[in-house]
Amino acid sequence: MAKIKVDGTEIEVPDHYTLLQAAEEAGAEIPRFCFHERLSVAGNCRMCLIEVKGGPPKPAASCAMGVRDLRPGPNGEAPEIFTNTPMVKKAREGVMEFLLINHPLDCPICDQGGECDLQDQAMAFGVDSSRYRENKRAVEDKYIGPLVKTIMTRCIHCTRCVRFTTEVAGISELGLVGRGEDAEITTYLENAMTSELQGNVIDLCPVGALTSRPYAFQARPWELSKTETVDVMDAVGSSIRVDTRGREVMRILPRTNEDINEEWISDKTRFVWDGLRTQRLDRPYIRENGRLRPASWGEAFDVVKARVSATAPDRLGAIAGDLAALEEMWALKRLMASLGSANLDCRQDGAKIDPANGRASYLFNTTIAGIEHADALLIVGSNPRFEASVLNARIRKRWRQGGFPIGVVGQRADLRYEYAYLGAGSDTLSNIESANSGFYEALKNASRPMIIVGGGALVGEKGGEALAALAALAREIGAVTEGWNGFNVLHTAASRVGGLDIGFVPGEGGKTAAEMASGGVDVLFNLGADEIEIAPGAFVVYVGTHGDKGAHRADVILPAATYTEKSGTWVNTEGRVQTGGRAAFPPGEAREDWAVLRALSAVLGKTLPFDSLGALRRDLFSSNPALGGDGLTPADPSVITTLADRAGTLSGGAFPAVVHDFYLTNPIARASKVMAECSKLAQELHLEAAE
Amino acid sequence: MSVRRLAEAAVQPPSFAFSDENAAWAEATILKYPEGRQQSAVIPLLMRAQEQDGWVTKAAIEAIAGMLRMPLIRVLEVATFYTQFQLKPVGTRAHIQVCGTTPCMLRGSDDLKTVCKSKIHPEPFHLNEGGTLSWEEVECLGACVNAPMVMIFQDTYEDLTPKRLGEIIDAFEAGKGAEVKPGPQTDRHLSVPIGGLTTLTEVDEDGSAEETSRGTTTPRSAPAGAEASVPPAQAGRPDTHAAETDPTIAGPGKAKREDSAPAAAEPTTSDKLVAEASRPGSGSEGGTVEGQTGAEEKDAAAFGTTPSDKAPGDARTEGKLRDQEAAAGDAVIAERKLVDNPEGTATEPSRRKTNDTAGGEPFEPVVEAKRKDTSDTSGGSPAKD
Repeated sequence: MAKIKVDGTEIEVPDHYTLLQAAEEAGAEIPRFCFHERLSVAGNCRMCLIEVKGGPPKPAASCAMGVRDLRPGPNGEAPEIFTNTPMVKKAREGVMEFLLINHPLDCPICDQGGECDLQDQAMAFGVDSSRYRENKRAVEDKYIGPLVKTIMTRCIHCTRCVRFTTEVAGISELGLVGRGEDAEITTYLENAMTSELQGNVIDLCPVGALTSRPYAFQARPWELSKTETVDVMDAVGSSIRVDTRGREVMRILPRTNEDINEEWISDKTRFVWDGLRTQRLDRPYIRENGRLRPASWGEAFDVVKARVSATAPDRLGAIAGDLAALEEMWALKRLMASLGSANLDCRQDGAKIDPANGRASYLFNTTIAGIEHADALLIVGSNPRFEASVLNARIRKRWRQGGFPIGVVGQRADLRYEYAYLGAGSDTLSNIESANSGFYEALKNASRPMIIVGGGALVGEKGGEALAALAALAREIGAVTEGWNGFNVLHTAASRVGGLDIGFVPGEGGKTAAEMASGGVDVLFNLGADEIEIAPGAFVVYVGTHGDKGAHRADVILPAATYTEKSGTWVNTEGRVQTGGRAAFPPGEAREDWAVLRALSAVLGKTLPFDSLGALRRDLFSSNPALGGDGLTPADPSVITTLADRAGTLSGGAFPAVVHDFYLTNPIARASKVMAECSKLAQELHLEAAE
Repeated sequence: MSVRRLAEAAVQPPSFAFSDENAAWAEATILKYPEGRQQSAVIPLLMRAQEQDGWVTKAAIEAIAGMLRMPLIRVLEVATFYTQFQLKPVGTRAHIQVCGTTPCMLRGSDDLKTVCKSKIHPEPFHLNEGGTLSWEEVECLGACVNAPMVMIFQDTYEDLTPKRLGEIIDAFEAGKGAEVKPGPQTDRHLSVPIGGLTTLTEVDEDGSAEETSRGTTTPRSAPAGAEASVPPAQAGRPDTHAAETDPTIAGPGKAKREDSAPAAAEPTTSDKLVAEASRPGSGSEGGTVEGQTGAEEKDAAAFGTTPSDKAPGDARTEGKLRDQEAAAGDAVIAERKLVDNPEGTATEPSRRKTNDTAGGEPFEPVVEAKRKDTSDTSGGSPAKD
């Protein structure tokens, strides 16, 4: 710790702090453009100038000078800095005037207007007029992809975007070409960016040079209502803020959450919102003579009632999809129980995960923030870049710190960091020691090793065996010890952990999702499961939001709400219980899922014992006390040892890829035009690379 | 300077490969850098690619990015940052880089540009009709003594006249560039003074000649003390009322002198000027042989004679500082004369004039400050002998 005096108040800050951070700590606001906590220090905007007592008689850039760079006074007094002296004021005014020399005065048509750092800081720290009479510099706009719109004349060359793509996203796509007045931010030959995290440069850009292309000219920040909620595009459960105007979601932004997403979100999370408007199911439908016809809720319920009452309970089934919240899964589970059916499944991908094995066997036990404490990593059957982009950024962050050997078993892919490729599947896993002895040694000798098990290893017949074998491997390398649990399952579906937690899995004698889908049941309640092929024959009641695969196969469609249109609880891959708020209302006659199921239960004569979301949650949490609190409770790691004891010899082939197209993993994304465009670009790139 | 972009696709060659020789050189260059720092070789490699092709092609950028395992944009950043990299095709026989920085501009580089405009293309970075020639204006190429100059490939052509540049361009156009001798295009040897040596003309051997020349320059300036009493010329004074130019405010030099006054005997102005002459680097003569001037009066005088042989107003004595140094040099002589030859106190008119304009009050503080330094370091003032 170092003592430092800021504007006369003495404080103590960690040695590695910069003067800017120390000043913030002391409560002094320092304007800045290029400095960003999560990026390297560039020191090129000069906005953070402060005065250092006894230093050179000129202002110092506080972002680039460390607390320990300052020497104490002659009698050991704490070094002193000032952020409110006339020198600092003059310096800031001068820098601001220079920045504004070439910055266009197009705030009225700029999408950043109202939430622009330059605007705010010019108001707070600038002078009221310009002395510049010459023509301003003009810069050609660049094409850098379908997501990020550029108005490069506005650029102030802070290079945050360049540092973000290089350091966090892990692919050097943006750069500052030219020099001096002619410096320009661009990609190589104006190719589209390929990172899954590129949208974050929009948030990072302190001016309106990089803005959201889909959101361009859509709304002003002050006319949007902001709702804090949870992302469901992957199992990470990023913290997001949904901005709505009236009924429509206008954009989605990240919220800072150090435990999960820091302040990044993936492009799918950010740009999926146009999919919330299209392909929506806004009224019930009934299939008659092979065609779906609009119907009223009453008609639809009556048709369902007729079929359910005519079916034996063990021929009824329910599958929950990837985006379902805890509430509706709980309601559906209660309904199925009261109908007398044990045919439930929330694992439409067929992953061999069983809550009976204990909670630690299916959670990301290390936690996402815990990745930063690990010292070796083995990834099995997963491509975290596509399955959990933000989590992948965390792995990369740890990898950049060095001393973090990474090995991969499964599909070989560009993960944005270097790794040792061990092999394709279970053959490698059973001989991991010989596959790459160097890496195995590193893994074994690590004090906090991690194993990330992805869906690729868990799907298929041998999934259970693989899970047990990996638990045994975790035990072998000492990944599960006192105070450290390095056994992690990385899910891809936001609903998965929650479903497993509340036991949305086949009960006694119940059928799995695959069995139900292939004719095991006569009436199937499909709670937004769009990734599973349901064989002809069964009567499908689809409770969902989009006219996607599930709706096409449905016999009755009960329109429901998307994640932004309901208050829901999701459990992320770490087991973190998070509740999101409702940002908008479902379109047309669509209703929140739990309410649809509650109404249906009344029609079926099995009325569920809750009339409000609050009552439902009380019921849910009293039956599942582990989910009660918002937050994370570590799972008991002993179950991993139990699981490891069951490990036998491993057989089977290569682990398949779980996410084939990052941009099109769920019905909302598939309805999004923006995602379709991204997907097309990515495919073309993939083909080009294959050539 | 303008925005630098890669050349349009039509002129970009489809591929790039280093020649065998260059490839081996590139490999060796990459090996120079420590493990993990191979990317540092990007500038030498780009330069070699430019030497090979004449300009930096897109294919070369991509090939070098591949060789160094760098992202393409990082190489592009480097290539666009340094204006030494030509991003568009240049003349196949010559790309003429005309220095346009101040010394060359003062010596006529504008005329050279006019030649380029008429003989090659009105615009820089454009090829002539045959595609054989192009030109650009560059910043200082470090041959200011031989201004104006141009650089073609790795050779500089100096002391140019528009006519000579025209001839050189014609020679290159004709493919006879190799026949043009690089360096000064006049009879000047390297960067020796134009019109012959102005100093060290009588080196080494004939000491007696120097003696005689000294003897002949009998009319010397008045005692240095008298010089100081001449009122300073006001012509060069800035017309301002700024505080720092207010003559009534004592400068730091004066303050110093007051401090040092009690410590040393009251120094005469001649005293100061002698010391000034013996100060290291005080002039083109005295500075180089500081030890001798400090210790041996005779030698100091010998060196002092040299400027007095020159006609006033020659290149060497242009400018105020020069004048001041000359005044200091004269003072040495004067002092010596006072000791050796009391009759030699008549003033040489031309020298007087120089002293009038330069050796006055405005410079005095500086001289004094320096004097104090030198008397500490030069191991004894000649005046004490």
